[in-house]
Amino acid sequence: MAGDSRFYRTEMEALARSFGLDFYPVEFEVVPPSFMTEVAVYGLPVRMPHWSFGVRYIHQLVQHKMGHSRIFEVVYPGDPGHAFLANNNSDVDNTLVCAHVLGHADFSKNNELFRRVHKQVGTRIVDMAAHHARRIEQAIEHHGQEHVERVLDAALSLEQHIDINQSLSRARYSESEEDAEESLLNTFARRFVALAGNKEKEKSDQEEHSRTPIPPHPEQDLLWFIAQYGPEMEDWERDIFLAVREESFYFYPVFACQIMNEGWASYWHARLLREASFLPQDLYLDAMKTHSDVVRPTAGDKQIALNINPYHLGFSIWDRLIEAEGVEKARTIMQSEDDFGFVRNYLESDLADELNIFVYDANKNGEIKVTNNEIHQLHEAILSRKFNFGAPRVQVTEMGVDGALELKHESDVDGRGLDTERAKKVIDYIHRVWRRPVSMRTLDANGKETTLETGKAAA
Amino acid sequence: MSSDSRHQSAIVQSARWYDLFSRGARDWLRHNEKVRDSVKKSLPELVSGPDVLTNPENRTVRVPVKFLEHYRFRLSDSDSQTGVGQGQGAKPGDVLRPADVGGQGDGGAGTGEGGLEFVLEFKVDDILDWLWEELELPNLEPKTADSIENSEYVREGIDRRGPRARLDRRRTVKEAVKRRAVQANPIPFTDDDLRFRQLARRPQPLTQAAIIFILDVSSSMDDASRQLAKSFFFWALQGIRRQHTRIETAFIGHTVKAWEFSEEEFFSVRASGGTEASVAFDLSLEIINERFDPSRYNVYVFYASDGDNFAADREVSQLRLKELSGICSFMGYVETVGRTGTGLNTEMGRLFKELAAGDAPTGSFPIGGQEDVWKAIRRFFTHQARQEAEA
Repeated sequence: MAGDSRFYRTEMEALARSFGLDFYPVEFEVVPPSFMTEVAVYGLPVRMPHWSFGVRYIHQLVQHKMGHSRIFEVVYPGDPGHAFLANNNSDVDNTLVCAHVLGHADFSKNNELFRRVHKQVGTRIVDMAAHHARRIEQAIEHHGQEHVERVLDAALSLEQHIDINQSLSRARYSESEEDAEESLLNTFARRFVALAGNKEKEKSDQEEHSRTPIPPHPEQDLLWFIAQYGPEMEDWERDIFLAVREESFYFYPVFACQIMNEGWASYWHARLLREASFLPQDLYLDAMKTHSDVVRPTAGDKQIALNINPYHLGFSIWDRLIEAEGVEKARTIMQSEDDFGFVRNYLESDLADELNIFVYDANKNGEIKVTNNEIHQLHEAILSRKFNFGAPRVQVTEMGVDGALELKHESDVDGRGLDTERAKKVIDYIHRVWRRPVSMRTLDANGKETTLETGKAAA
Repeated sequence: MSSDSRHQSAIVQSARWYDLFSRGARDWLRHNEKVRDSVKKSLPELVSGPDVLTNPENRTVRVPVKFLEHYRFRLSDSDSQTGVGQGQGAKPGDVLRPADVGGQGDGGAGTGEGGLEFVLEFKVDDILDWLWEELELPNLEPKTADSIENSEYVREGIDRRGPRARLDRRRTVKEAVKRRAVQANPIPFTDDDLRFRQLARRPQPLTQAAIIFILDVSSSMDDASRQLAKSFFFWALQGIRRQHTRIETAFIGHTVKAWEFSEEEFFSVRASGGTEASVAFDLSLEIINERFDPSRYNVYVFYASDGDNFAADREVSQLRLKELSGICSFMGYVETVGRTGTGLNTEMGRLFKELAAGDAPTGSFPIGGQEDVWKAIRRFFTHQARQEAEA
């Protein structure tokens, strides 16, 4: 095929395998830049319609016009993998991108988190999302745009609130699980009430037969919980919640391994280009120039950046690791870690110094001050945005007998309360599908305990 | 190594399905639709700003709107946010950006997507439709009248008999051709072939309206008051326009004298002196007699004032108002009062109150601020619709 020779795909694949890279075949598709813009917004080539994507789309277009971003490729892991190349890429770009994509394909086939998730969501992510989109289009036809939007408003706003350690097809709380918890409590309770002279004895006897609490323990898998236990939801509404959850499962490893994964792909595109004897000399030089643009730590001619380029950081860590420990050891790390382990274990202080990474404080008054470059603080500052899928920790604590839903924000773990105005709006979204009272405990701006609620009858 | 065919990747040349539609554009349009809906819910603010009354070119209102935000759980803003940066020579303690002088910056903590604004253009007709929905008003039929003056002969149908002048040659020949086609020995024409156009006398809908706007231009009417009056005038005019295909307007300003102005002059003209409303009512009567024959026009008069009028002018004003109300479809009185308004308890307010007590088609609208414009329009339209229902 004409396209092959233009970016040496066959040769590049052979070379990659000779270095031990192990990947499923990749299908390359050449697409217009507008398509790349949309993929950047939606995360997937075809995805369910929602007005909020429209807002992001306009922002992306504006940014694109201002020249802030250019997307060379997007790759979807799977068997086969699927890579999209922008049709305004030069042959040089595509040679580099081809090598880069093979790095990603190796990573997603072998990294533990990716493997675990792909075992659940399957290896045809693009098809899965298209299927969801189609189902939602059908729902719009049957139930009307407003109604479907109401469900999506809630589901998509809880996108990050899943429990990645649970299975995708997680069943409702089993009786035995509930029984187990209860019997544990009851053993103690029985012995306690059996004590002579206990006034609560009668009361407890009655309570023994009361219903098991739902959830039996605080539940962070909000999308699942609402889909399973929403007291008045229709089946198709539950399906939408589960569809959004499935896509979140897919997005999680991409999010949680971004530094490692981009670094790995960048390391391998640089290495493969360097070792590729089949490349003409001038193409190699041009490609390395593109490479240094991609992994450049600071944008444009700025000397200092207020964020970290994950390509650059990941590339630098891998580069040093492989030099010191060899490819085999690096592959083991690539297979078992995510960004948390990767950054904490392998970003060492001499490298951080070399890279000039620092922690800063951005004050409300506009002042930005470098605070320190101590390595542990650096680790935590880099990772702070990645905890819990980047969202505050919110759990279901109780579902009342009347179906009222009680949520709690773990303010103590997150260090402060929620933006209450926004949280109230999310509660409103949830209430419109939960259809019974919904409440949420968090801290207000002054650090005082507060409860936001919707749907409670006025006292 | 690459002999395994499973490992042969393929390059798929674009299937082009994504050229067929843009998901981004689709969702963006839906977003805008939702913005329109939410703007629709804030009609009172929407009806307060139009600049031109009668210029048909300018039938849209531009409204600045914000992007909608899709809310998520987010931590509250803290006084300072920690970030990670990269670059040469940044040492602990270095200030990369000084604090803003005397103000709050965005502190590098992005303000999110809620901050951007864009402008949406709304058709005045759409806004009126929303007003109608919002007020749950019945649809207004164009006004019709059955009086003879308004009737007209129109062509209606065809007959075999009629005066020679209205012979329809084309149809006659057609009939002849049809007949000849089925007859054995046809003759060219028979009397039965003849077709004549018929006329019928039809009442013509009376779709003309005339509106006279009167503004007290004495020095006590400041710019703010005029702007309020103008907002009300604008929407009243749009409402009347729904019922009438043709509308004539006249603009009168007065102090102790009255003058007719062009629309542009009307809102900028300023005069000093006292207030004698009767002269403006006189001029209105004159204009009606000359140009807006009440048998052919529905005449509306709107008067905006701060309510002051010379006590000496009371009787004459009373008389003229009565006379006007006898020939007008509606008389509206807009009193532009301060926030501590007197509630129509003014000289002019009382005159209109009397008029209303005498069953004349009239309405008084005290307006202290933009939000009152909305209430006034609401009342005016509701009144219009009720009149219609009773008619």
